[in-house]
Amino acid sequence: MIRPDLLLKPTPKGLYCPPGDFYIDPVRGAVDRAVVTHGHADHARAGHEHVLATPETLAIMAARYGEGFAGSTQALEYGEAVEINGVTVWFSPAGHVLGSAQAVVEWKGLRMVCTGDYKRRRDPTCRAFEPVADTHVFISEATFGLPVFKHPDTDGEIAKLLDSVRMFPERTHLVGVYALGKAQRVIKLLREAGYHETLYIHGALEKLCQLYEDHGVALGPLESATLETSERGAQERFRGKIILGPPSAFHDKWGRRFPDPLPCFASGWMGVRQRAKQSGVELPLIISDHADWDELTDTVREVDPEELWITHGREDALVRWAELEGRKARPLRLVGYEEDNFE
Amino acid sequence: MQAFSDLLERLILTPSRNGKIALLAGYFRSQPSPARGWGLAVLTGELDIPGVKAGTIRKLAEDRVDPELFRLSYDYVGDLAETVSLIWPGQRGANRVPPIEDVVETLLGATRAQGERLVAGWLDMLEPKGRWALIKMVTGGLRIGVSARLTKLALAEMGGVEPGEIEEIWHGLEPPYESLFDWLDGTADKPAPDIAAPFRPVMLAHPLVTKDKRDTPDAIDPAMIDPDVFAAEWKYDGIRVQAVSENGTRRIYTRTGDDISHTFPDVLAGMDFEAAIDGELLIGAPNGEVAPFNELQQRLNRKTVTKKQMETRPAFIRAYDILVEGEEDLRPLPFRERRQRLEAFVDRVGSDRVDLSPLVPVTTLEALEDHRNAPPAPEIEGLMLKRWDSVYEAGRPTGPWWKWKRDPFLVDAVLLYAQRGHGRRSSFYSDFTFGVWRDGEEGLELTPVGKAYFGFTDEELKLLDKFVRENTIDRFGPVRAVTATEDHGLVLEVAFEGLNRSPRHKSGLAMRFPRINRIRWDKPAAEADRIETLQTLLPPDPIANP
Repeated sequence: MIRPDLLLKPTPKGLYCPPGDFYIDPVRGAVDRAVVTHGHADHARAGHEHVLATPETLAIMAARYGEGFAGSTQALEYGEAVEINGVTVWFSPAGHVLGSAQAVVEWKGLRMVCTGDYKRRRDPTCRAFEPVADTHVFISEATFGLPVFKHPDTDGEIAKLLDSVRMFPERTHLVGVYALGKAQRVIKLLREAGYHETLYIHGALEKLCQLYEDHGVALGPLESATLETSERGAQERFRGKIILGPPSAFHDKWGRRFPDPLPCFASGWMGVRQRAKQSGVELPLIISDHADWDELTDTVREVDPEELWITHGREDALVRWAELEGRKARPLRLVGYEEDNFE
Repeated sequence: MQAFSDLLERLILTPSRNGKIALLAGYFRSQPSPARGWGLAVLTGELDIPGVKAGTIRKLAEDRVDPELFRLSYDYVGDLAETVSLIWPGQRGANRVPPIEDVVETLLGATRAQGERLVAGWLDMLEPKGRWALIKMVTGGLRIGVSARLTKLALAEMGGVEPGEIEEIWHGLEPPYESLFDWLDGTADKPAPDIAAPFRPVMLAHPLVTKDKRDTPDAIDPAMIDPDVFAAEWKYDGIRVQAVSENGTRRIYTRTGDDISHTFPDVLAGMDFEAAIDGELLIGAPNGEVAPFNELQQRLNRKTVTKKQMETRPAFIRAYDILVEGEEDLRPLPFRERRQRLEAFVDRVGSDRVDLSPLVPVTTLEALEDHRNAPPAPEIEGLMLKRWDSVYEAGRPTGPWWKWKRDPFLVDAVLLYAQRGHGRRSSFYSDFTFGVWRDGEEGLELTPVGKAYFGFTDEELKLLDKFVRENTIDRFGPVRAVTATEDHGLVLEVAFEGLNRSPRHKSGLAMRFPRINRIRWDKPAAEADRIETLQTLLPPDPIANP
């Protein structure tokens, strides 16, 4: 069989496919042809000549960047295949956010799978991860690639939030969530846990919540958390309520206007207490859209590739693990994906 | 353990001081004795569990997880207890959380080997949060932003008493503090300090910051320093001690009340008096002057002291206050009267281990300023200013006493390496090694001269961290080397208190108390200081000048 790095190789602009002449999730500058695994800003950038992605990802990019985010686009459903200069490309669900996909690249009998970002636990807002059989090279993300990251049961974390709301009815719970994926998942999980009151959302979440609704993900009653500052005492109506917004917003004036705010943050990083403390979080919620250590290692065992490539995150530990397992592994050291924040 | 680990977690995540006091007081109110007493002992650092140390915990973890994976994780997390609590392969379905009193009492009675097995067994049973609390508990050093002082404030709040009352009796109490809690609950009288020669809580001074240095609300206009109102003394660079000799018992305490008598039998032997005095513990140099702090450091933190050490590094106390004389408590007297009593006392006792801290004549502000910046000996850090009418009160009251230190030395150095921090700064590059220029074999080169991990604000830390990440040229484990050439490098203005010769460092010198004073984003790296600038500050070389 041909050498895998003839089909895909790391370059400063991202993972490049020489025979197909395309990049997967290019990180730097505009390229002629991009295959985009999902809509998070560090993977899906605007300005490429041509973008191939799932219809949901294209919709997300259009919502974020405007309709003209690329010269031309091509939507590809999960499981459908296209040929690009003789290289076959298809998508398999990644379970990360709505529309997220693993990019499967095939050429001369060699099958390589680039996971993009993924997780294995249940997410009522997107299709679950589907492992691809007969994968020769598995290119895995490693955001939480350290054995200290073992995300607890997600329902338990949602219960923690609801308990806190019950225990401190006089405080406003400000829940930091990433605008794409985490926000809608947390909202949906709150609904599943029996919380049907109105949830208040920051402006940065509105478009994407609407987009999820349009794709059949019912989120229940949502209202804008915008305050009419002229109205005295208007903020009182938020007391005891849950407000969701990007974590950055909670540290500035926006967050301080709410009565007795209790800062929460839903992220895999919250598993490390000192991280929570640094971000000024009083109620850490360990809810992640990335695979934790056990999910990463279980997935590699399940896919059982001939070779494991590891990208963005803590690559060294997964390489060490592979070595202990007797697996061939290689860190890609691609730069440009957010190391810590987009989660 | 459940209530205690919940408490620790909420403490670490609660930023406000009052919030922490409320959490602590709530815990002491709601938990029964002796559980709360053991909790208190952990919080104040009074619990010493022999045999189970940080190294033990690390070894237990490495028996279960590949050491390389452990090291990578520890580098990332930056806190041993947190790393182990997260990485420990849990046994699902454990059905029992051991109560804190069981954990402590069993461990205190266990041998080293038993201790290890017990801790491993509990770590199996607990969830990450409980594991973290257990490890913090058995290894000490909580680093959760709660000082012993804050904990005592919470006790005072719980019992509705003055914090000074707690400090006063604290050193006569032992964990699990049942008599203390009985008193605070209102079911018993205040426990009497039952140790002889007890510690008296000390009075501390605020640093004097002048308006021209920093225009903040706590800054002072030096014009308020009226020579008629204030006395001035030299501020020596030793350690603050309280020497108490009462009814045949002699003790030397640090300013936090730790008993260090056993380390200084030479001083103890010279305490032939009935009194409690406050002063600076110093080492005498052969020429009759005060030896550098380095010499004192050689005698600190030792369990035993050899005869030779006592001969070559004789310790003594330079007394600056007297709190009790015979049966009489002098603390309510103004400083002017205490000073007269102290002078007479030192004269009468005539011990070669106790002398009098001289007063510095206060004439004009300009004269004081000169004294402060050009003290007569390098072992003097600056001045202490004390109001003549100040009574001796516990704590750090604002106004009666000020410490006015000499301006620090400054050097412009270039950032060379950065390491991830620990505790609340884990994941930030916050430990910075810096160097200055010297002539090397291949031209100008940077030689490391020190390491600093504070002095900057949180905002500046973010910028420094960003600089490190964007300018990394090499990595060695948790350490990153950054670009540092004449054309491209970050200049740090480093403040420090003094220099010593050090054969252990490549540059041959070691800085005292270095910190980042300013980040010189504006200054080209080529214009940073040269090693010769620092060498002029070194004390005479003992080899060159025998």
